[in-house]
Amino acid sequence: MLEEFTWEFIVGHMNYWLFIVLMMTGLYVVVARGNLVKKIVGLNIFQVSVFMLYISIGKITGGTAPIFSTNLQGKIKLDPEIVYSNPLPHVLILTAIVVGVATTSLGLALIVRIREEYGTIEEQGILTIERDMVHEEERVHGEAMGGRG
Amino acid sequence: MLVVTALAVVRTRSLFAVVMLSGVFSLLSALLFVTMDAVDVAFTEAAVGAGISTVLLLGTLALTSRYERTARQSPLVPVAVVLVTGAALFYGTLDMPNFGDPAAPASNHVYPDYIARSVDQIDVPNIVTAILASYRGFDTLGEVAVVFTAGVGVLLLISGLRRRRKGGSKAKQEGPRA
Repeated sequence: MLEEFTWEFIVGHMNYWLFIVLMMTGLYVVVARGNLVKKIVGLNIFQVSVFMLYISIGKITGGTAPIFSTNLQGKIKLDPEIVYSNPLPHVLILTAIVVGVATTSLGLALIVRIREEYGTIEEQGILTIERDMVHEEERVHGEAMGGRG
Repeated sequence: MLVVTALAVVRTRSLFAVVMLSGVFSLLSALLFVTMDAVDVAFTEAAVGAGISTVLLLGTLALTSRYERTARQSPLVPVAVVLVTGAALFYGTLDMPNFGDPAAPASNHVYPDYIARSVDQIDVPNIVTAILASYRGFDTLGEVAVVFTAGVGVLLLISGLRRRRKGGSKAKQEGPRA
């Protein structure tokens, strides 16, 4: 097991490990912080590090951006010498970025609504208000049934 | 490139100016995308991640509160969750090919086909565009559907706001235009 960890292996996998650290930073913000806006930012960080992971898979050493060179008439010149990086992860991630913004905006709209309803955007505050509401409801219900709920 | 990323990690842990830092983070990640040959992704990330997301976050901050309350429960459970997940992911990377390896499975399966054929079939210099709009056109259609749904959802959630609030303070920007 340990002899796998040659210098080349470590350098070649450093990118994955860095992106995992970034991902875990984002996940920590999502899980540990109570502020809803901060949770969304953490989610964004998590998302972008997943994007970076995918793009790094598509990179080829010595490769260039996957765009063909053209001459002045706009005709494509093919040069078999040029290595292009893998365009498929790029396409995937382009879609994912736009969908990510869609989810972000929806989450932020929900936050605005929650703030309007509860007057707070802290998870703890919302939980306290919910608990009080449930207690109140049970009390009212119990009185209506003519006993101790 | 790696140093820049590590710097971004350290900075995003800062408690203040989180929104601005997220914009900075997006911009740095766009730089990283350029160095990894993904120029289209870098464009989109810089415009959407650093631009629209930051504006949306600022709009939300303007409509809600600006300060985070620091009272929170002990961070032990989240740290444990994060460490376990990170260890699992780390274990997963041990089987991955080296960074930039031309013999990696991702660079050998369908990828040469797309490079070879898109000139004859699509005749667009940018291969990413060719795949996005033509080979994967249905994916893009689905993406548009998602964005449309999100836009409608945001509008439904926000639309009552102006009515309920007197004085007509500005409503948040409607859905994403991406």
